[in-house]
Amino acid sequence: MRELVERKVLGENDRLAAELRQRYRDQNILCVNLISSPGSGKTALLERTLASFTPAHSVAVLTGDIQTDNDARRLSGYGFPVRQIVTGGTCHLDARMVDRHLHEMGFHGPGLLLIENVGNLVCPSSYDLGEAAKIVLLSVTEGEDKPLKYPGIFYRASLLILTKTDLLPHVEFNPDLALENARRVHPEIDYIALSSRTGEGFDKWLHWLNSLQHSVQQAAPAINS
Amino acid sequence: MHEIGIASSILECVAAEAQRHPDTQVLAVGVRIGELSNVDKDALDFAFVALTRDTPLEHLKLEVEWCPRRQRCIACFEEFTVPDLDLACPRCCANHSTCIGGTELDVTYLELEGPCANS
Repeated sequence: MRELVERKVLGENDRLAAELRQRYRDQNILCVNLISSPGSGKTALLERTLASFTPAHSVAVLTGDIQTDNDARRLSGYGFPVRQIVTGGTCHLDARMVDRHLHEMGFHGPGLLLIENVGNLVCPSSYDLGEAAKIVLLSVTEGEDKPLKYPGIFYRASLLILTKTDLLPHVEFNPDLALENARRVHPEIDYIALSSRTGEGFDKWLHWLNSLQHSVQQAAPAINS
Repeated sequence: MHEIGIASSILECVAAEAQRHPDTQVLAVGVRIGELSNVDKDALDFAFVALTRDTPLEHLKLEVEWCPRRQRCIACFEEFTVPDLDLACPRCCANHSTCIGGTELDVTYLELEGPCANS
């Protein structure tokens, strides 16, 4: 006998993520979830992003890795609360981990919560963390066809950041082709090219964050003043 | 990699639903998986077998309905599946469409032993 069920496989994560999303809304927190392959420059992006803020800004970082607190140590010198989530083997962050670490960190809005997911283009895209936007990073030392190989994350991300553009003269990478591939998967995806080393393109990234913040939390102070 | 977690979540759904039918054996669980869900069917099968081996659910079958990406044209409302990432409408050739399928990751049914276990 067949009994129809209709349950989300990740329904429990979705339920927790919905709670987180409500909490972000109540506390005027803008949360973004950064996802990429290992080594695409998530931590470097966050370093330069934090360096561009003043102490008046309210910002917190959760950074996920399978092992080590190296990233949290790299990010802790900018005067903002940073917490490492060591997943101990799990290849993605889930809503329960974020909930627990956010609670232990004691971050209350209004402000900006930057989540650096575990380096992986597959699994993190399945787990909603309550974020306002998923952001996918692709570096110029990777292949232009990554959006075609990993369509799930490029479909779900609101923004594609092309990183390490300072290396473009030294590698055979065609940014136009990478963007074309991303837009084959997700025609509406936003796009910013930048270098965390030289700062090229950072004004556009901070402007993008600021615009998103204004669209989701009109009462909160601007991130980029 | 996360197919172990997905398989584990499917088994949690089975356990929760099975509680409503305490005297009935669950023979199979049906899941619907979209091509954008980032779940590999073979890896999921492997994980499912690994997690159920030597447990009371050892004989539970996993039945997968694979769902391709589907789009709806915003110009002519044609609904179409997407082969080779070609998002252009096959009817009017418009390039703008919205995604209406392919992200599914759902448990859809349980196959229960016995003819009238419905409560």
